[in-house]
Amino acid sequence: MTTTATTAKKPRASSATATTTYREAMRQAMSEAMRADERVFLMGEDVGRYGGAFGVSLGMLEEFGPERIRDTPLSESAFTGAGIGAALAGMRPIVEIMTVNFSLLALDQILNNAATLLHMSGGQLPVPLVIRMTTGAGRQLAAQHSHSLEGWYAHIPGIRVLAPATIEDARHMLAPALADPDPVIIFEHGSLYNLSGPSAEDAGPADLTSAAVRREGRDISLITYGGCLPKALDAAEQLAEAGISAEVLDLRTLRPLHQDAITATVARTHRAVVVDEAWRTGSLAAEISARIMENAFYELDAPVERVCSAEVPIPYAHHMEQAALPQVEDIVAAVHRAVD
Amino acid sequence: MPEFTMPSLGADMEEGTLLEWLVHPGDTVHKGDVVAVVETAKSTIEVECFGSGTVERLLVEAGTTVAVGTPLAQIGAAAPPQAAPVAPPVAGAVDEVHSPLVRRLAAAEGVDLTTVHGTGPGGTITRADVDHAAADKARTRPRATPLARRLADVLGVDLRRVTGSGAGGTVRADDIRKVAGHAEPKAGPKAEPRKAEARKAAAARTAADRSAAMRRAIGDLMSRSKREIPHYYLSTTIDLAAADTWMRDHNRRAPVAERLVPAALLLKAAALALHDVPQLNGFWTDDHFVPATAVHLGVAVALRGVGLVAPALHDADTLELPDLMRRLKDVTIRARSGRLRGSETADPTITVTSLGDQGVEAVFGVIYPPQVALVGFGKVVMRPTAVDGLLGVRPTVTATLSADHRASDGAVGARYLATVDRLLQQPEQL
Repeated sequence: MTTTATTAKKPRASSATATTTYREAMRQAMSEAMRADERVFLMGEDVGRYGGAFGVSLGMLEEFGPERIRDTPLSESAFTGAGIGAALAGMRPIVEIMTVNFSLLALDQILNNAATLLHMSGGQLPVPLVIRMTTGAGRQLAAQHSHSLEGWYAHIPGIRVLAPATIEDARHMLAPALADPDPVIIFEHGSLYNLSGPSAEDAGPADLTSAAVRREGRDISLITYGGCLPKALDAAEQLAEAGISAEVLDLRTLRPLHQDAITATVARTHRAVVVDEAWRTGSLAAEISARIMENAFYELDAPVERVCSAEVPIPYAHHMEQAALPQVEDIVAAVHRAVD
Repeated sequence: MPEFTMPSLGADMEEGTLLEWLVHPGDTVHKGDVVAVVETAKSTIEVECFGSGTVERLLVEAGTTVAVGTPLAQIGAAAPPQAAPVAPPVAGAVDEVHSPLVRRLAAAEGVDLTTVHGTGPGGTITRADVDHAAADKARTRPRATPLARRLADVLGVDLRRVTGSGAGGTVRADDIRKVAGHAEPKAGPKAEPRKAEARKAAAARTAADRSAAMRRAIGDLMSRSKREIPHYYLSTTIDLAAADTWMRDHNRRAPVAERLVPAALLLKAAALALHDVPQLNGFWTDDHFVPATAVHLGVAVALRGVGLVAPALHDADTLELPDLMRRLKDVTIRARSGRLRGSETADPTITVTSLGDQGVEAVFGVIYPPQVALVGFGKVVMRPTAVDGLLGVRPTVTATLSADHRASDGAVGARYLATVDRLLQQPEQL
């Protein structure tokens, strides 16, 4: 793959630009997909009558009916398995899992079935399944609803892992994910649902293979994804006031990682801070740091820094939760360690 | 050695003007041969070649000012032995001193035997010397980022001569660019504008500029020393009666050319004392002390007009006094006439300054980085001194020590001055 990272697109000045939220963008994407293809349906806990645990599918039951917006029992393994079966049978299911913590109950289905069947069947059984789930902390939901396990899924060959961090990606990643013949997992960070801003309706399907430079810079690269992107952008803004020009790379696709974009940004700035809400040990941040060492070692002018969550179950108390998570000031401090 | 580069002739040197080439393409050169004359902010210096081979191409014209590390000439591999049948007696002589074991070890460890100080009989290099040199080599690997290393390689900068600005003295890309004279980070045309700039700079340099440049160079280095080195100072008064008596006796019997002055005895004692206190002989690099394998005494020489230089008396601890005296005269004359060798300006492992001839009794010097100590001697003064309960008028000198507290503590410094004192009480042993 020799593609370069796409530079962040400015919101288009087209007539189709409207202010929306990340949550609405995701809903529009699902509704559009369901209108376009009758094989597409949504299932999960509380997606129908309740409108989704985070309100993403609110109103969809009314439009598409209970056949296509299906409330399931509280059994992640069962309904994810049902989704895999439906995909094998020619449907295009979207399975919503309430949080990544609960997805562990479905891990057997995802890892042992969805990710393997194509390979074990000699290419006869593709699984065109999309699984959406919420990830991350910051909303006082305590340890069993707040973890960031994207890195665990990014470890698994046979699936594609996406982390839309902008409204545009929330709006336009789903269609190509559904079109992908293999399982795709979409991680929606809980803190992003209320993100509001302009959305270009006619932007077309998003590219699922490349990372995006969200801000250009010369002195250091902040490499991040998902819920940490806004924090990295804030940090870059603060750093600019201090005369440090930080580039922000949004990974977007966590598997397969866009190696060329990572190498290219480090080659431009010669320093990197990886910002990842997961725990440091065995994290995606560790993977990215290792890849920088493998592919851009001779470009480095400082050791790679990592800003990750404290290695504790995410606390409930607000001040403790905030203290456990990567914050803007942590990113700024890491940048100073690398640059000063 | 494919390239002969502008050497760093001291921690304060950033660039030099190539005044004159003493070799031409096609000439065969040996390690240590003087190949060019370079003018630095401080002095005119005869630069020696670092390796042996045939001069293939001169890359820099005389009169050009270039940054330290800039390639000056391409030197090809030494001609095969049969092509130079007359050479072997000279070239071979160096190798024959070392035993096959030592040569094999040195090859395995990548140690250059010509830089190793032999401690065996007659100065031969022993197995232990090679081991030490290899250990030193490992310790002195400079701390540098991968990018800095790559740039240093591309720009021909010797990493060990670069002061790192990063955490723990890590050398970073910008430090290399600074040394190489690159204000702009990478990209763009490099060589041409730099050369043009250098030529302009050389043309503009007049005598007045030179003295200003020297003041600036001294200023930069001394500021850095005082900024970075936590100096501590010790002083003691040494009874020179025994040394003085011995010296007069020696001078009475010696031919004029071999007569001594007190400075020679003081320098020899200062060098010998480092055998007992090696903690003061070496360099502070990368946050730790790297002991030197030999004693190269830097002797501060005030230049007529302005400034000073501190060329090395190589292996001062092993020189016989008349020999040391001759070398001292030679190096002083050449320093004042601006004809020092590169190795003399770059090598000192400790510096000695004597302001006795100016009449002062004590001098507390500023350490010359990356050295860790500076010894000062004042004027030899007749003072009333009590010896064995009786008061007498005896020649005395005030010896001082400025030392880097990072590398040593006061007790070490005290032991050093006490050792200098003890050695001067037995002048016949010097």
